[in-house]
Parts: sequence; structure tokens; C-alpha cells
Amino acid sequence: MSEQTMTNKKPNGIESGNPLLEVHNLKKYFEITAGIWRHMIGHVRAVDGVSFILRPGETLGIVGESGCGKSTTGRLIMRVLEPTDGQIIFDGQDITKLRGQALRAIRSKFQMIFQDPYASLNPKLTVGEIIAEPLVVNHIETLRSSQERVVHLLERVGLRADDRNSYPHEFSGGQRQRIGIARAIALNPQLIVADEAVSALDVSIQSQILNLMVDLKKEFKLSYIFISHNLAVIRHISDRVGVMYLGKLVELGPKSGLYREPLHPYTVALLSASPEPKRENRRQRIILQGDVPNPANPPQGCPFHTRCPKVMAICQKEAPLLKEVFPEHQVACHLYNFKAKSKKEGDE
Amino acid sequence: MAEALLNVRDLKTYFHKKDLEIRAVDGVDLTVFPRQIVCIVGESGSGKSITALSIMRLLPKPHGKIVGGEIEFEGNNLLKLTEGQMTDIRGNNISMIFQEPMTALNPVVTVGKQLTEVLLRHRKLSKHESEAKAVEMLKFVSVPRADEIIHEYVHQLSGGLRQRVMIAMAMLCEPKLLIADEPTTALDVTIQAQVLELMKKMRQDFNTAIILITHDLGVVAEMADHVLVMYAGQIVESVDADTLFHQPLHPYTMALLDSIPSLDDEKETLYSISGTVPNAATFPPGCRFAERCQRATRDCSENIIELNEIKPGHLVRCQKA
Repeated sequence: MSEQTMTNKKPNGIESGNPLLEVHNLKKYFEITAGIWRHMIGHVRAVDGVSFILRPGETLGIVGESGCGKSTTGRLIMRVLEPTDGQIIFDGQDITKLRGQALRAIRSKFQMIFQDPYASLNPKLTVGEIIAEPLVVNHIETLRSSQERVVHLLERVGLRADDRNSYPHEFSGGQRQRIGIARAIALNPQLIVADEAVSALDVSIQSQILNLMVDLKKEFKLSYIFISHNLAVIRHISDRVGVMYLGKLVELGPKSGLYREPLHPYTVALLSASPEPKRENRRQRIILQGDVPNPANPPQGCPFHTRCPKVMAICQKEAPLLKEVFPEHQVACHLYNFKAKSKKEGDE
Repeated sequence: MAEALLNVRDLKTYFHKKDLEIRAVDGVDLTVFPRQIVCIVGESGSGKSITALSIMRLLPKPHGKIVGGEIEFEGNNLLKLTEGQMTDIRGNNISMIFQEPMTALNPVVTVGKQLTEVLLRHRKLSKHESEAKAVEMLKFVSVPRADEIIHEYVHQLSGGLRQRVMIAMAMLCEPKLLIADEPTTALDVTIQAQVLELMKKMRQDFNTAIILITHDLGVVAEMADHVLVMYAGQIVESVDADTLFHQPLHPYTMALLDSIPSLDDEKETLYSISGTVPNAATFPPGCRFAERCQRATRDCSENIIELNEIKPGHLVRCQKA
């Protein structure tokens, strides 16, 4: 895919050439057991066939409501969970089934920032020890030799050198998130998965952290997968956006295209439901009826058809596939069957 | 001109812990008219939730105390009522709904029992009549399978449904005033839209005024007739919603509006307010926002800044506005 088809913005750091990450038909089903013998009675289809690529220097936003599978997708990519099916290729290497020593060897290339700034830091370690931990665990530095790097990282995220001797509980939520970020960049990773990294923070702190993440991306040439339920935050930080519903990607496209002209009825409803402070910008409200179906028992056909204002007969029988409808803009919806080409994303 | 339903004057709620005096609410005025939706907006620690709990007299004991001010509801001074008299009012004339429906509702009692409890307490209805009314209200708030749900437990319901149950419970006695403390923060955006629509319906059909507490300016834009912006225990701006979004006057309000990413704006960097909220036990003598304010001069931190009506109907606590 050539650079020219990308956004018309000036240098955004996205490189052409081989993708950094390729995800093919990724699935994660969790077993549901019952009875004293814990026999399996079904599956929760948390991630149900997700495919996308990420280019070096790109920020992919994954947005969706609770239970859509976005966090699980993040964990699968981080290989914190093992996929039930599908393939993950990172920097040209198939990491889907890697374990043990082989997995540890490449783990330094991708790191994670978590949602809860209170649970994601070890309360028994000092801040300095927390940030040095990845370096020590990977035998890159000792605790003593890492101090200079730790100080540099602390200052880079807007904290002070002295803070390394304090404990997490002495800091505010926003400051703890900065510590988590310092820890995540300690190993100079290529990819950072940020799972609801600003959701637990007050609005004024959120903007500080988002600005920091944008700066760090440019400086350290990072790629991000930014997972959130907040559409405005996703819009601010992403280059491309994927919308998930009940374990599937229903739309995937460039940020401006997706927000200006959302294709999937769910994306349309999601955007219209987001409360918008600037009243002139408010969209026509679409209030979806009912609740999200149970992922252990998803509907036949299109997972969204039970709530879709544009549902057709075919939607109840056949699940639509993610297909490219405009350049770089894919959607999984029967409304676009006549327009869709059969190109899969990533094909040249 | 209608009489005010609720009149709060110079409310002060302090917490005392060891030697510290934490001034959670420090001189708040609030007026709500019948059928009006008033939003109190602020970030964590601004004192907005404590204001609501003070009105309901549900402060955590023993540390929290209302140390000054007046709260007048329909002409009655709530601060002079006994606990028994307050209990008559709660759930009846003034209801409250909370942020986390899982923890606010009783997990060991059926949904039906929690609803009928309200009716049995406040109305002279039989068990059968109150059950019928409970089902009716659940249907009114669009809870599906209402007659089955009354036999279910809270953990069997989704977040959106739980919030509807809480709203049903709050509305059973058709209160004149509903206080909603971050009612949609824990909900998904599409469910939030449903719940906000429902609250507007309550105002429409039951003539209920609403005090809606939130940190989300989008929700404020959606719902508010009038807005109060709180910072560090004080109201810093009070004006109708349209004016707040188009002509905010307080630097904190303006900074908040600038720091929110919008669905439509294209901004490279978000404005971010430097620094953090001051410690509620050690407020500076003057303006509490001064150390984070771009317009502040030295006298801002030294003078006591009052809430002044700078334009008709528009109050601001700032000498630089």
C-alpha cells in the first residue's frame, strides 16, 4: 500500500513498507463451565475473527463499548493471552504460539499501559524500582546501573528525579499513569498497547497525558494501539480507527473518513450518542433500543442486527465480512454489498 | 415567576480528621426551580457529590458535618428536621440516584422487594398494590420483562438495566426533585444516551426538577438548563447552559472546555491545565485556581474573591473575568 493513499496531513511519522503488526482472523473464546465437574457448556466469544495491520509509526484506535472484545484483543497482541485461533505476526515474526524463552526474547519490543493507575503499579516497590524492573528482568541493566536511565525517563514524562525514591501511593492518578508510561518506554519498544490509559483520569489530567503520549510517539518513533470507549479521545490520538462490536471489527478506516462519514450503523449510532459539548456540532441522535446481546450467545448472522435501525432480511441469516468500500476504509455490513470489493486489507 | 423549589445558601460542609479541617463544600449557593435541570459540573474533589449528600443529609458519619448555611426545600428548612422527618422526605419528595448501581442497590434482595419497600414506606398501599405499581414503573422506564425482573436480583441485570431500576425506584413517589450523582458515568455511551433520554422523560411526565452532577461537559450540554461549575469546594461560575458554552467567563471553565477532545475539532495538542487541585485542608487565602491560572496576578492569591453577577444571570468568581 503506497504512502500516497494515506492521510493528506503533513508528516505524521507513518512509514510505508512492511507492517509492524499483522493480525489475521484472531479469535479468543473463553470456556463457560458448570457443575462440580466443571464441564464445558459453552463459549464466550470475546474476540471472534479480527484482522488488521498496523504500520510502523501509526496509531490505531480501537473503540467499542464494554464487552466488545477490545481489551481482550489488546491482551492477545501482547501475548498475555493465547489465541484460540488466528495469527499474530509482529515485525515479520509469527508470535502466535511463542512461549517461554522465545517469547521473553521479543517481549521487549511491545509494552502495555493499563487503565487503572492504582492497580498497575506494585505498591511495594519504589518508583525507581518499578521503572527499572523491565531493564533488570531482561538483563539489560542492574538496578544500580539503570539509575541514570530511570532519572532520564522520569524527567521525560514530567516527573522529578527525586520521585524515584517514593512509593506509588504517594502520587496522584495522573502521576501514576506517567510512571506507567515511563515503565512502558524503558525498553524502547516499537509498539505500545494502551488499554483505556486515560479513562480513569479527570478531564484536565487526561489532556496532559494524551499530549505526553503524542510527544513520546514522535520522539521515540512509537506505534500505538490505543484502546478506549471514548470516541473523542480516540479521534484525537489515532491515525486509523477500528470499531468493535461483540468480538468483531465492524468498521476500520482512516480517522477523518470514519468520523466524517461513518459507514456502519453501529458507528453512526455510537457517534451520535456521544455527548458533545459544542452544541452546534451535535449530530442527529440515534438512540439504540435494547442492550448488547450476550457474547456467550451471539445472534445469528450479523451480531448487530438485533439493534440495527437498518436491518434487512439477509442480516439475520448471514454475517457480513469486513470489506473495503472506500480506499483504506472497510466495513462489515450488508448495506454495502454492492459497493464492496473482495480485497482483504493488506493485499496489494 | 415561580417560587424556587430548593434554595441552598452559603452551604459549608467540612470533614474533621485528626487535626485537619477539610473544607469539602465551602460556601455554596444553589437554587432550583420546579422542572428545571441544574447541572453541577466539576472534577474529582470539587465538592459536587458532597453538596448533593449534604442536601439529602446523607453525609458519612462521624467525620462529615454541615457547619454552616441553609437548605430550604419547599419553604422548609431541611437542616432543622429530625432524622425521622428527613426519612419521610427521602425517596418521597426528594430522591437520589447514584453512580454505581451495583453498589447502590441491595444485592441480597430482589428488585421487586426494593421497589415495593419505597411504596410501603411512603404510601398507604397494600403489598399487592405496591407490586403492581412497581411493575408499572418498570415498564414506564422501558425495562423489558418487568413482571419477571421483579423476582430477579441486581447481579442478574446489566449496568443499563440496573440504572433504570434505580431511576424507577427514585421516581415511584413522583418526587419534586431528583438528585442524580454521575448517573451515567459507569455506563456505555449508547446506554448513557438511553438513560439521559429517560431522565428528560421523567422531567416531562412527572414535573420533576433534576440536579445532575457530572464531570462530563457533553452530558451538561445535553441536559442542562442551568450550570454551576465547582472548583475546590466553591462555585466559580453559574449561568444558563447556552451561555456557558458560548461565552464562559471563568478561566477554569474555559480551560476545561479547551482541554476536552471534541468529536469534530481537529486540534494538534489539547490545552492542558498545569498543576493539580489544591489540598482541601490547606486552601490558599485568595483564589483557589490562581496558581494554575494563566491570567492570575499576585493579588488574585491574596484577595478574597466573591461570586459576583458580572452580567445579568451570570455569576463568576474571578476578578479578571
